[in-house]
Amino acid sequence: MSKVRVLVGTRKGAFVLTADGKRKQWEVSGPHFAGWEIYHLKGSPADPNRLYASQSSGWFGQVIQRSSDGGKTWETPGGGVTFAPSGMPKGESNKFVYDTSPATGKPLTTHQWYDGTQHPWEFKRVWHLEPSLTDPETVYAGVEDAALFRSTDGGKTWQELAGLRGHGTGPKWQPGAGGMCLHTILLDPSHPGRIFIAISAAGAFRSDDAGKTWRPINRGLRSQYIPDPTAEIGHCVHRIAMHRSRPGVLFMQKHWDVMRSDDAGESWREVSGNLPTDFGFPIDVHAHEPDTLYVVPIKSDSEHYPPEGKLRVYRSRTGGNEWEALTKGLPQSDCYVNVLRDAMAVDSLDRCGVYFGTTGGQVYASADAGDTWAPIVRDLPAVLSVEVQTLP
Amino acid sequence: MIRVVLPAHLRTLARVDGEVELDVTGQVTQRSVLDALERRYPMLCGTIRDHVTQQRRAFVRFFACGEDLSHESPDTPLPGAVATGAEPFLVVGAIAGG
Repeated sequence: MSKVRVLVGTRKGAFVLTADGKRKQWEVSGPHFAGWEIYHLKGSPADPNRLYASQSSGWFGQVIQRSSDGGKTWETPGGGVTFAPSGMPKGESNKFVYDTSPATGKPLTTHQWYDGTQHPWEFKRVWHLEPSLTDPETVYAGVEDAALFRSTDGGKTWQELAGLRGHGTGPKWQPGAGGMCLHTILLDPSHPGRIFIAISAAGAFRSDDAGKTWRPINRGLRSQYIPDPTAEIGHCVHRIAMHRSRPGVLFMQKHWDVMRSDDAGESWREVSGNLPTDFGFPIDVHAHEPDTLYVVPIKSDSEHYPPEGKLRVYRSRTGGNEWEALTKGLPQSDCYVNVLRDAMAVDSLDRCGVYFGTTGGQVYASADAGDTWAPIVRDLPAVLSVEVQTLP
Repeated sequence: MIRVVLPAHLRTLARVDGEVELDVTGQVTQRSVLDALERRYPMLCGTIRDHVTQQRRAFVRFFACGEDLSHESPDTPLPGAVATGAEPFLVVGAIAGG
């Protein structure tokens, strides 16, 4: 019988939740890396036992962890006693160094600071890890300050794909309220060199050559909070989702507005429709129905909780515009949690399972595509990310 | 033999219990002690001082012999009691929020 493994990153550690295909009885493992912020952990599609985790703290910085047995044991890649020719330890799995200009050796670019001046890039943490679709040793990291890194040796060493920061619009990027983070990485299964990424608050970008060159893909986005609401960059994209069978169709939860693109991001149109509010963070697509979407409407950008204190997932079966509230099993009074951008995922069982975690420490699961919900756990630290693996 | 006390989270990361004992050749300074520590435990690279600048991370402090040595030059000799192993060199996570 198939089973599922839910990987939960929280403010104070990681948790692994497992169940059989019925998804009724759950085993909870954790906290792993207790006391550390786990922004994200995710399994390799090419080898489900290979997991990567981003572990960070305000005291000790960034650490990358790797498991080769589905999360039972973990290691810091390259953290054993290995030495470079200089005699110094290599221990580089937590080393993210921005590229400099090949011509001058100086920083590649600067970005806009809150006061309008230019500011150097400063590494803070890894927000998102995206394992390759085909190679367990290859993994991408989206970091704050916004940049994309890639490892091809299982997380031991990291190289920046600097064409993103260097393509020309970098000096106009500026941090959102949560920092200037690269939080979304989508690998196109039908075009091996195509990568979509999103940055708060710069927008969405696409590469068609495996990350060498990039361009903004924000036409059709409209953001009233920036001087030119339809500018090429500067949009606070919160999340992008795609369905594997139709990767040219993208769905976006922007700061405000739910958007759709039918041409791989060349243009976007709004599909917020009858949502009670179109502010929110996560968005995801049903595993078997490419036009079935899920969002969690949040009241506003200053009131990060559900409208009316009712925690409702909204589902569209029409690729947007027409939405229905999913409420069975979710708190419908006095609920003031948030659901962060990386904290929703779907499994690929039949029927599709949907999962999300809250800043109040609950992880909710639906084994019937959202019709009914139940908490797997209620009292974890604030949930930062949720991923799910469907296992044989 | 130099004795180093690590904060709990770094002991977990390095998979050690209690104090760490290190052989340091030459002058005993913050830099030579941390070099020896990172040589023995590469997973600690970047967690106490920055990978590139080698600057102490903001919320990490260095104490020894009842003194805060955090703002000393990394090449200043550490107290004799640390160099002889009579006193440990303490790496401390500052009290700074949750």
